Amino acid sequence: MRAFGIILSSMIALHDVTKTFGSRVVVDHVSLAIAPGTTEILLGSTGSGKSTLLRLILGLLPPDGGEIAVDGVPVTTATRDEVLRRIGYVVQEGALYPHLTAGANVTLPARADGWAPERAAERLAALADVVGLEPGLLAHYPAQLSGGQRQRVGMMRALMLDPPALVLDEPLGALDPISRSELQVQLSRIFAELGKTVVLVTHDVREAFVLGSSITLLAAGRVVQRGTFDDLARRPAAPFVTEFLRAQTPPPEMTASL
Amino acid sequence: MRGGRGSPAIVAALLLALAGPAAAWAATPVRVGSKSFTESYLIAEIVAQIAEQTAEAPVERKLGLGGTGMIYGALVNGDIDIYPEYTGTISRAILKDPSVTDLDEMRRRLLPLGLTISAPLGFANTYALAVRRDTASRLGLRAISDLREHPELRAAFDPGFLQREDGWPGLRRHYGLALGDVRSMEHALTYQALTSGAVDVIDVFSTDGQLARFDLVVLADDRHFFPDYAAVLLVRSSVPVRLPRTWGVLWQRLVGKIDGPTMARLNARVDLDGRTFAQAAASFLGGGTTDDATRSHRHLFAQLATHTVEHIVLVAVSLAVAVAIGIPLGLLAARRRLLGQLELMGVGVLQTIPALALLAFMIPLFGIGRIPALIALSLYALLPIVRNTYAGVSTLDPRLVDMAAVMRLRGWQRLMWIELPLSSVTIMAGIKTAAVLTVGTATLAAFIGGGGYGTLIVTGLALNDVATILAGAIPAAVLALIIHGVFELIERLVVPLPLRSKPAP
Repeated sequence: MRAFGIILSSMIALHDVTKTFGSRVVVDHVSLAIAPGTTEILLGSTGSGKSTLLRLILGLLPPDGGEIAVDGVPVTTATRDEVLRRIGYVVQEGALYPHLTAGANVTLPARADGWAPERAAERLAALADVVGLEPGLLAHYPAQLSGGQRQRVGMMRALMLDPPALVLDEPLGALDPISRSELQVQLSRIFAELGKTVVLVTHDVREAFVLGSSITLLAAGRVVQRGTFDDLARRPAAPFVTEFLRAQTPPPEMTASL
Repeated sequence: MRGGRGSPAIVAALLLALAGPAAAWAATPVRVGSKSFTESYLIAEIVAQIAEQTAEAPVERKLGLGGTGMIYGALVNGDIDIYPEYTGTISRAILKDPSVTDLDEMRRRLLPLGLTISAPLGFANTYALAVRRDTASRLGLRAISDLREHPELRAAFDPGFLQREDGWPGLRRHYGLALGDVRSMEHALTYQALTSGAVDVIDVFSTDGQLARFDLVVLADDRHFFPDYAAVLLVRSSVPVRLPRTWGVLWQRLVGKIDGPTMARLNARVDLDGRTFAQAAASFLGGGTTDDATRSHRHLFAQLATHTVEHIVLVAVSLAVAVAIGIPLGLLAARRRLLGQLELMGVGVLQTIPALALLAFMIPLFGIGRIPALIALSLYALLPIVRNTYAGVSTLDPRLVDMAAVMRLRGWQRLMWIELPLSSVTIMAGIKTAAVLTVGTATLAAFIGGGGYGTLIVTGLALNDVATILAGAIPAAVLALIIHGVFELIERLVVPLPLRSKPAP
């Protein structure tokens, strides 16, 4: 009954979810309820199961145990379309189609849904404004864009159908430090403005700090601790939490001289 | 007894039922076939001209249908009605019983196959071995047994001769020969090989017109190994029934009327004097020979135009079919891994079948002519298309494929908007390979009467006429280049700009 209540009040809810690849347990009894309009950071190093968790939410993989629901809809093969309608997906480097222009990439979901071209064009212009992309670049092919521009286009495509939830898998992973911190600030503004429910996977503590209202630290497929950055920093649930945060903190001598 | 009154009516109805098809039969053409060597072409042409003069039924020529296996298949299949054959070949290659030498016995054995033969036409065409005159005088070669002293001589034999028990294997055992260097070579090419000095011994036919031209010495069969190959007409049993007049005239004008020297002279007329088969046949039948040499050249150009059209049709249709089947098969293979492996294995095996053998397999299934040629060519063109489609689609970036699923693209949207455009470069490369390949393979279609440039090549090989061979081979090569160019253009239309090998300006 408790699980049922959580599913109803959450945009994305996982209850006791497990996934194994062969003998390897990748996601180990994870329960997580993400409230509408909040940004949840799934933080962890490579192999912590954070990307697998995203693929489970999207229904790209079936869980071996437990339930997942998006906006109250249980994630199953039968409800796949219903679930995906509610989620925009952004991955590293954007995963843009090289044979389509940036604009055509963004409007692809609308084209699949049978939108009139004018409506799609209108939405396209509005989205360029939201992510701060110069509209002229929309006629370019992905290969002619910079990494940051490609990432903005990928973001626009995820937002095209205005889904209530956004799922981002290391969206800034491949960017240089400057565009990265620039986009981090921009993303946090966009998330706040649009009021989307966001699940963002990263291994970058700074990114988690800048973007997340709530952080879930994962290790070996398990939730180590969930809370605000403050909670993790001041009231670590395990020595691993402090260890993980410290590993990416610059030494004081370095920050002092900046 | 009351019922008895009805019987005349029943008989009449039966007669009508029998006569109906019989009348329809007469209108169906008599189809004359030949193998792809001069003598066979010539006799077939003579038969065709007699049948035309008799005018009992329209005549269709299906000449140059490869070797015994192919033409016999065509005959049994009903694609041809009549062709010249040799008794030795009938007993060995068709009845597979060399002990059958008596003609009546042969007819009895052919009956269940729905076939019969005429009486011998007069000449016999036995195998023989030939050497250059200088070799013969230098080594004192006169008979086959003399070869035992000279194992160093190099031989080139027709593949048929090399295989058949009444050919080289039997001959070698019979005479105890031990030639060190024996290679397999298309018969028409062996003369070139012999006269150029590349080999020293070849197999020939005793009525060969080339023997005089190249001044060759035929070695005597001093131990009487080679059986008699008397020429006869091999026909479907329906022919004498359906076309009694034609059959009668053929019998009357041909049986016992063509002796060995006459046949050798006719062969020489074509092989040495450059007459067409039709001209030489007409000269035998006593028709006018007003045609001069220039006409046969003008004839060549007219033929070239026809064959170009035929060849392009062969390539275009078979390629279109291969694309229409190959791309879906490739996609299916990419979707279902296990099925895909089986499928790729299947088309791979198809490719290992020599093209000529694949064409031969078509005869019992689809007969001869353009249709079986198109089917064989389509099958042959499948592999590069299936394999490249499979490779293109199954090696797409999995993140791009996942993204299409997340964006809820329907099956056909995913296919048309994402998968096919992204793999278009690879697929087009496969189609291009198939196209150029097919231009070459299509030259073999002539062996089963499929037309195209191959007709000239097959005829040229039979005549040992390099000009005619080149008249088929050169246009085929040019066509391959043109088609390559055409596909470069098509590629520009099909492959999205940013995916092309040259970066966008």
